[in-house]
Amino acid sequence: MTALALTEVVADYGGERVIGPLDLTLARGERVALVGKSGAGKSTLLGVMQQRWRHHGAALMPQQLGLVPSLSVFHNVYMGGLARRPTWYNLVSLARPFRRDLDAILPLLERFDIADKCWSAVGELSGGQSQRVAAARAIHQRGDLLLADEPISALDGPLAERVLVALGEAYPTSVLAMHDVELALRFTDRVVGIADGRIALDEASHRLNARDLLVLY
Amino acid sequence: MWHSATVRTSLGFVALAIACLLVADFQISAHDPWAELGRLFLGLAQPNFSAVDYLGEAIVRTLAFAFVGVGLGAAAGLLLALVFHHRAVRTTCAFIRAIHELFWALIFLQFFGLHPLTGVLAIAIPYAGIFAKVYAEILDESDPQPAQVIPHGTGVVSALAYTRFSQAWPHLATYTAYRLECGLRSSAVLGFVGMPTLGFYLESSFAQGQYTTVGALLLLFYALIATLRLWARPRLLPFYLLAAPFLLGEGLPIRWQSVSRFFTEDIVPEPLRQGEGLAGLMPWLGDLLANEALPGIWNTLLLTQIALVATGLLTLMLYPLVSQHFTGRHAAGRVRGALGHGVLVILRSTPEYLLAFILLQLWGPSMLPAVVALAIHNGGIIGHLVGQRSNAITLRADAPRGIERYAFELTPRLYGPFLALLFYRWEIIMRETAILGILGIATLGFYVDSAIQEIRFDRAMVLIVITALLNIGVDILARHLRNRLRLRHTASCEP
Repeated sequence: MTALALTEVVADYGGERVIGPLDLTLARGERVALVGKSGAGKSTLLGVMQQRWRHHGAALMPQQLGLVPSLSVFHNVYMGGLARRPTWYNLVSLARPFRRDLDAILPLLERFDIADKCWSAVGELSGGQSQRVAAARAIHQRGDLLLADEPISALDGPLAERVLVALGEAYPTSVLAMHDVELALRFTDRVVGIADGRIALDEASHRLNARDLLVLY
Repeated sequence: MWHSATVRTSLGFVALAIACLLVADFQISAHDPWAELGRLFLGLAQPNFSAVDYLGEAIVRTLAFAFVGVGLGAAAGLLLALVFHHRAVRTTCAFIRAIHELFWALIFLQFFGLHPLTGVLAIAIPYAGIFAKVYAEILDESDPQPAQVIPHGTGVVSALAYTRFSQAWPHLATYTAYRLECGLRSSAVLGFVGMPTLGFYLESSFAQGQYTTVGALLLLFYALIATLRLWARPRLLPFYLLAAPFLLGEGLPIRWQSVSRFFTEDIVPEPLRQGEGLAGLMPWLGDLLANEALPGIWNTLLLTQIALVATGLLTLMLYPLVSQHFTGRHAAGRVRGALGHGVLVILRSTPEYLLAFILLQLWGPSMLPAVVALAIHNGGIIGHLVGQRSNAITLRADAPRGIERYAFELTPRLYGPFLALLFYRWEIIMRETAILGILGIATLGFYVDSAIQEIRFDRAMVLIVITALLNIGVDILARHLRNRLRLRHTASCEP
């Protein structure tokens, strides 16, 4: 994978400029936190990144999670690996999952404390449980780059950290939009602050503390 | 209240229906209608199930035609739904579903004869058009985001199966189950044009005055539909679908020369066949329009308007039967509610064609049996749906009871959904009105049937196309009215 670069990016919504023009380059093995108040354009920027880098193996974990409520937890996680399997295999799995996929997915669910929900429909889960399913799907996708929009917003305490650690292990390169400043500083290498659709701050995480980010809010 | 567009539109429809009543023929011409009706009820009270072979065959064939027809229709509809955004597909689907199953059967009878293919295609083709439209609407309502997050490089089929189909699956299944019930009715009615299904046996029992057998047939049919949920289990469906093609019966062999003759001779307009060219075509068409199409259209419109308003009035009377706000929620209320449901199941599961046929036997030919049959069947369907909708409403604890609750609390809140459903049924009522002509009421179906009896398929085809265009016109008008009155609707509530 070559370095990922956005140059002169703009995005409009309903005739109004939401982000840009901005430039952003992402080095391989770099974990970036996108911070900024709501409405600053973080989600839009992640959307642009996904469109540009989809072909480079970007896995997306949107804020609304993009899960299929009528399918089981297993199948939603399995969807991360759809591209690795032939069509017939995917169709058979829909009716009757294969042992080897189950063996790959169950440990993930156990790690996230949702193994008992493996065969429940995602529509019946709580917000926090659904978010863990979406994280498991992103990990199962085994892409080269993770784009996650508030991946732990519905989780608290140790579980939030467990998910961030797991995502970090699976994706050395990632862009995470986060509102929890403490966690952002602890789990990423670089912080990009967005204000009014432009980059207002771009600094290595270890050189920042929580108070430095207050200017963005 | 009188200034609201909804009320004004409703009153306009009622006024139009009253005007239509004045010019329509509503005479009871039967010799002794009530005695006939009494004999029928006696037959229902003392059904004769002794002719087991005969009844068994009627039921098995009815089921087989329904399963094969609806199965093929659903499969074709699903494929068409995927390309439904193409204008050509949308137009074709609108056209094929605007032609009633019985008209399709009459067409296929000409070239396949009494072969099972006739009955199967007569159900499958119009159903494919309906399935395509509703499936496409259901799929469109699914959330697009799961499709955006699946990994790049996923095959089209896998992506569809896991995202749009999986999301829409519960709605697709519910709707398909509902259409299976419709398919059973369609299949039963196909017997009236010679297919070996329930209608065939019913017609012959009526002709022989065997009311006890008629009673047995009708009761079996109700039982079949009322227990649909018990035996049409998702796990059993594959077996039914596999077995059904082998239970259609032999029928008569297809004579392939009649297939080619149908296209090269039968449906070619007479003047062209005789070599008169365009000069002869115009007077031929003019004569057809003036003497058959126009009177047929006039009567069809007349009857449709009266039946539509009668359906509406009956619906407003029936929905409290299945509304918890009237039956109550406790033990006694449950019993009352179950009884109400029973009544509506009987009303809506009797095909209007079959009802009209029975009433026509009892009252003699006029528009009356047709209006009553259409109102009962459609009122039963919409009453059920409006009743269900009413159960979603929460009333305040001190809400009035009885007639005041009906007039001030519920009916005003349900009136929008009620009108939306009624306008949805409008096109269906018109399609049925046209078809009831086969029974001898002078709507378009009467002229189609007469033309076929006289072996003038060229005329029949023109009339069928006119009927289809009329249905499409009403559908467009209904959609326009729904939009103007801002009546909200969802795909899954469309029958």
